[in-house]
Amino acid sequence: MSEWRYWYAENKSTLIAVLLFLFMFAIYASKHPAGFTPNVVQTAANKATLLAFVAMAQSLVIITAGIDLSVGMILVLANCLASWIVVGSAVETAAGIIAVLSGGALCGAVNGLIVIFGRLQPIVTTIATGAMFYGLALFLRPFPGGAVNETLADFMTGKAFGFFPMSFIALAAVVLAVWVPYSRSVIGRASYAAGSSEQAAYMSGMPVRMAKFTAYVLSGLLSAIGGLYLTFFSYTGEAAYASGNTYTLFSIAAVVLGGVSLMGGRGSAIGAIFGALAFRTIGDLLFVFDFDPLWQPLFQGVVLLFAVSISAFGLFRVRNKLEWF
Amino acid sequence: MPGDTTFAGRMMPGPLRRFDPAVVIAFCCIIVLLLVGALYSSSFLSPAYLLQQMKVASFLGVIATGMMLVILLGQIDLSVPWVVTTGAMMACAAASFGATGSALAIPVGILCGALIGLANGFATAYLRIPSMIITLATNAVAQGLMVVYTGGFSPQDSATPAMRWLATGELIPAVPNGVLVWLAVGVGAVFLFNRTTFGRAVYGIGNRERAAFLSGINTRRIVMLSFVMSGALSAFGGVLLAGYASKAAQSMGDAYLLPAIAAVVLGGTHVLGGRGSYGGTVAGVILITLLQSILSVMQIDESGRQLIFGVVIIIMLLMYGRQKVA
Repeated sequence: MSEWRYWYAENKSTLIAVLLFLFMFAIYASKHPAGFTPNVVQTAANKATLLAFVAMAQSLVIITAGIDLSVGMILVLANCLASWIVVGSAVETAAGIIAVLSGGALCGAVNGLIVIFGRLQPIVTTIATGAMFYGLALFLRPFPGGAVNETLADFMTGKAFGFFPMSFIALAAVVLAVWVPYSRSVIGRASYAAGSSEQAAYMSGMPVRMAKFTAYVLSGLLSAIGGLYLTFFSYTGEAAYASGNTYTLFSIAAVVLGGVSLMGGRGSAIGAIFGALAFRTIGDLLFVFDFDPLWQPLFQGVVLLFAVSISAFGLFRVRNKLEWF
Repeated sequence: MPGDTTFAGRMMPGPLRRFDPAVVIAFCCIIVLLLVGALYSSSFLSPAYLLQQMKVASFLGVIATGMMLVILLGQIDLSVPWVVTTGAMMACAAASFGATGSALAIPVGILCGALIGLANGFATAYLRIPSMIITLATNAVAQGLMVVYTGGFSPQDSATPAMRWLATGELIPAVPNGVLVWLAVGVGAVFLFNRTTFGRAVYGIGNRERAAFLSGINTRRIVMLSFVMSGALSAFGGVLLAGYASKAAQSMGDAYLLPAIAAVVLGGTHVLGGRGSYGGTVAGVILITLLQSILSVMQIDESGRQLIFGVVIIIMLLMYGRQKVA
């Protein structure tokens, strides 16, 4: 078997996610009343980028066979924090951004430490820490409000060179700065190995604990970037419980659509990003087809239901009933 | 628990070792909470206050019973928030269809929950989709259905007298009916877990589904039925809540997912299934209700309550919920 077939087998799920997104977006752009213009792309990009960051965060943890149900709450916390400190002069703003990002990484580190050294289940741990993060967010912003450096916000959500959405450039920059070095490092490979079989990874001398810890920290960091972006769009901070939960739910949906295996060890953050873009486009499709917005939650729920049911087709390949379990 | 080598197990004085350390710790924490509360206000130990707390606890207790059944299997049900709301809204909706509707309100609410549970169970047991994922999805679908049904506003229908009586009436003087309902559900659960083949199979599947299957248990049917029961109990909790508040509201179930899981897990039920007793869940439910009550009596605001809540769960789990080293 030649080299490229290994590559294909490894990245098949990611490619499917890319194709799914292109297909959805083609329908969306062709049906949109204004057509395929820079403004349409910009609006779509801004809405999708947020979810893409959270989906990336979720995918890193899911690759290690864990799950992070606190990503939405870290996003909300970062949003509330940013609405206090990402203001003022250029230096103050930069310091604020660094503080927000380190805050997110710290939240992730707390998750990672409890899961690894406390040996608690990731589900229960992150539900509980999610409540803590939400408590902090509510402490920072009991009522919606605050402000953000508007020049920066407009720049980050605007168009580069007059046509290309800036948010995609930011997304690409984060991928290049975080995902590419991570996935090529020993730690990154160890996180795949740990997700695939923790025992085998440990026996092979892989840094399993370090890999899991890094995954949780990066997950917190990426969620905080998402929260920062939310602040750039909304100009305010709000400790919204429902929106935190929605982002957590959608991040899992995006990861599943993006072909990341929930059992761990398979998929990539790139796939998760395209899964997020596809999921957002599905929501927008209703809009261009003139459906009542009331139907949007139901439609998204049904799409999610189908997306997760696709994995059931694997059952047809099962020859031995014992492989069900 | 003989031969228990966990930290909590070794620290336990001899006579107590027969019991599950988690249940003992949970009951100790309840006593500590009551003492702390009594220091703060003398009315904390009055029967009226305690019965009031039991009434509030009964809704969580009914919902946590379903959650415990699912967790014992090694699965999880994250669709609780909107199943609770669906149960409440559908029961109230049935109430607007005259006398027949009113009579059928409670069964209709429970049936809707059971149907969502059936979808969860079928997908988990027969399609082998991870329960955490499919229940998130059905939760989203239930939310979508309710948003379409209500048009995005809280529905105007109100609860039937029967629902109100079930939640707040007093069949025995001074004892709210909600507590009796929880008692009935609890007795049923204990019987189911300990005295039926179904219950033993649930523990078996939670330990190792493959082994249970090879022992001739129809594991898929049991998993599906458990999810149906969990959905029905969540919806029943919603019906009781609607009776308590006399109407259904959007997002009334949001406040029940985390407490239900926390109550089950704090009560010593293993998150990966196979181990746990109903007594522990009862302790967990009372513990969480008292904790919430004390925090609000002390006038700590919502942010502090969430923070303390999360910290307490993590600390208690660190005391006895740790997994063995692989």
